Amino acid sequence: MRRLLSIPLALTLSLTASAVLAEPVSGGKLDLIVQPEPPSVMLGMITNGPAILVGGNITEGLLRYDEKLNPEPSLAKSWTVSEDGLTYTFKLEEGVKWHDGKPMTAADVLFSANDYLLKMQPRHRNLMSHVESVTAPDDYTIVFKLKEPFEAFIRGLAFYTMPIIPKHIYEGTDYTTNPANEKPIGTGPYKLAEWKRGSYIKLVKNEDYYIPGKPYIDELYYHVIPDGASRAVAFETGNVAVLPGGSVENFDIPRLAELPNSCITEKGWEYFAPLSWMWLNNRTAPMDNPKFRQAIMYAMDREFAKDVIWNGYGKVSTGPISSKIPFYSDTGASYPYDPAKAKALLEEIGYDGKPLRLLPLPYGETWQRWAEAVKQNLAQVGIPVEIESTDVAGWNQKTSQWDYDIAFTYLYQNGDPAIGVGRNYKSSQISKGNPFNNVEGYSNPEVDKLFEEAAIAFPASKRQELYNEVQAKLRQDVPVAWLLELSFPTIYNCKVENLVSTASGLPNSIRDAWIKP
Amino acid sequence: MPRFIVGRLARAALILLVITIANFCLIHAAPGDPAAVMAGEAGDADPEFLEQLRQRFGLDKPFHVQLWVYVSHVARLDLGFSYRQQLPVLDLILDRLPATLLLSMSAFAVSLALGVLAGALAAARQGRFSDTLISLFALIFYATPLFWLALMAVLLFSIQLGWLPGFGYESVGAGYVGFARALDIAHHLVLPAMTLGLFFMAVYVRMTRASMLEVSQMDFVKTAKAKGLRPGVIQRRHVLRNALLPVVTLAGLQAGQLVGGAVLIETVFAWPGIGRLMFEALSQRDYNLLLGVFVVSAAMVLLFNLITDVLYRFVDPRIRVTS
Repeated sequence: MRRLLSIPLALTLSLTASAVLAEPVSGGKLDLIVQPEPPSVMLGMITNGPAILVGGNITEGLLRYDEKLNPEPSLAKSWTVSEDGLTYTFKLEEGVKWHDGKPMTAADVLFSANDYLLKMQPRHRNLMSHVESVTAPDDYTIVFKLKEPFEAFIRGLAFYTMPIIPKHIYEGTDYTTNPANEKPIGTGPYKLAEWKRGSYIKLVKNEDYYIPGKPYIDELYYHVIPDGASRAVAFETGNVAVLPGGSVENFDIPRLAELPNSCITEKGWEYFAPLSWMWLNNRTAPMDNPKFRQAIMYAMDREFAKDVIWNGYGKVSTGPISSKIPFYSDTGASYPYDPAKAKALLEEIGYDGKPLRLLPLPYGETWQRWAEAVKQNLAQVGIPVEIESTDVAGWNQKTSQWDYDIAFTYLYQNGDPAIGVGRNYKSSQISKGNPFNNVEGYSNPEVDKLFEEAAIAFPASKRQELYNEVQAKLRQDVPVAWLLELSFPTIYNCKVENLVSTASGLPNSIRDAWIKP
Repeated sequence: MPRFIVGRLARAALILLVITIANFCLIHAAPGDPAAVMAGEAGDADPEFLEQLRQRFGLDKPFHVQLWVYVSHVARLDLGFSYRQQLPVLDLILDRLPATLLLSMSAFAVSLALGVLAGALAAARQGRFSDTLISLFALIFYATPLFWLALMAVLLFSIQLGWLPGFGYESVGAGYVGFARALDIAHHLVLPAMTLGLFFMAVYVRMTRASMLEVSQMDFVKTAKAKGLRPGVIQRRHVLRNALLPVVTLAGLQAGQLVGGAVLIETVFAWPGIGRLMFEALSQRDYNLLLGVFVVSAAMVLLFNLITDVLYRFVDPRIRVTS
């Protein structure tokens, strides 16, 4: 018996040993997909998914985050938070150079926080509304003084929420037309070498990167391949080694994951924590009735959607906060698939069978199928639904002008409910022309108050209590119909080691990745 | 002849103006605008951000002012800036034009040459097995959707056999120069050019065959036979030449699509051409870029129509060219 046991044990031991002993190897090139082609990779200007994917290698922030969203050093090598939660002091890494050779100092951080980003990024304006002042006592120290203890602040300093922009390039220029936007200058592990529009973006290793030996891989090629099936082919034929999450249709994922030498990971989306739901237009009947909204929740077979439409990836959502980010709690009403209960609720409110319009998300086949599944689910309980498809621009227009009954969407939670959740439920966030705020038109003074207090409560345990309460309230009221915590697995060739090492995944972890010879 | 061309050019300019205005109105009638799309992608926006974008793009001005600004710029051959890519539209188009012209002209040449050849062959062997075979394939290619053919070709030639690259314009990062690079591009060109050319090839086959069969019934062909000319000579000099007119008409039509007609193929094969640029500009409501592509393709269509009309005269001297 002992003998039999010892073989797997020895095997395990030797495997662990080899994993530990494997030393990163420098060199090689990595082919990835970027979809769609970003308009620019200057993260001060634009922070959409593809821009982040490429630009995250070029531009850095003060901090990085591990998969539990704990802060890790990036341009700031250490930091302290005062006991009252009002003063954040960051010590900057010394010897960091911009891609043009100039040193990066606290002046650049000041410029980015106080000037550039304030003018260019709505997200930053939001964050800075909690900040009293930013100062630099010396070249390598930066101090943020907050108006009130805003605990989420420490999670708002990522490479794309507060990218550090070179002062010497931008100061005194028109930020939108500065020629450096074409070829951004950052501090990151890679520099932009060539951009052949419509074909590929090439990045090369920053030889002067401040961490000796990193990055390991010499060249990164981001291929632009507009057709989903062709992107799958590119991976199958070995032309591309990494398919970032969302670059192929879901039904292709199991097949590609089965290929020899193909690895798959769901990690690297913890910071974004994409949560999908359907806007229910609370302004019009019958969606103005919470019981009707609850009926919709009971009517949907979300497990089916996860298993069949999303191939088992993702997780059925319980409420407004994703389980991936802090302050999530599973308290309050829950909505298992229960058509009988849905019918009973509809009966109770005397729903007249008024047909509703359903707006799918125009992001490919998966979303179209999902809309069809929901249509079927709702029809089963007696809610007739008509699918109204449109393109991305049309979808934006309809949701942000409130011209819909039910509309699919998904949004990033960006590390903290104070940043990425409150905006969808507070009544102060009801305003036309923006598809990311309180589009459903839900208004509840209690919820408003709870979100306001939770954002600035201190310490974190106080915030947790308030968020528990608001989650329970929202789950009772169902302002929107929560669907799934989405998962966008990354498929890659197994010879790439340590590909995903942060909560933001591929965009800022390639500096630690290497290719097995 | 010169007078004819000048007259046609003047008319073309007028048509181009009308097309530009019509396109401008149509595009602006589509829901959404570029600012909303860009804000939508960013995943975050406040009214200030949207206002900034609209001001930067000049979308805050009244519609007729925008139209006037655009048309007057185009009249000065200035196609403006792409909102999204922050680059001059003309640069973006010129950057993509060579790839598209290479693709569509190869497809054009291959489909015309093979189509006329196969059509002539089928006509000469009317009713025999080779005729049936050619007609059958022509029918299949005529009836099959392009993108499906493209995907099947990739499955067979790229994945199963591994002979031809399934996407892209050249091997990225291979560092080829000179002849090696040309060879590499040619290698990448085979699949997209073939699939793009198949439909028109099928049309040429059917057109040439039908037209030749019709001409071969005519009296002058009988005379030629009676004179004792060899069948090959009759087919080539008497029948084919007279049967070419409808083919030229069609070739003119295909040539008009050289710039904007390859959207599907460019998308499936990740070919960095104009078609894709146009399609992306449409979904992003990048008005200036989209209009720029429309203006250039409309100009191409007008140009090729003119060339076709001139060519008629050479193919068939009976046609008088008049303005």
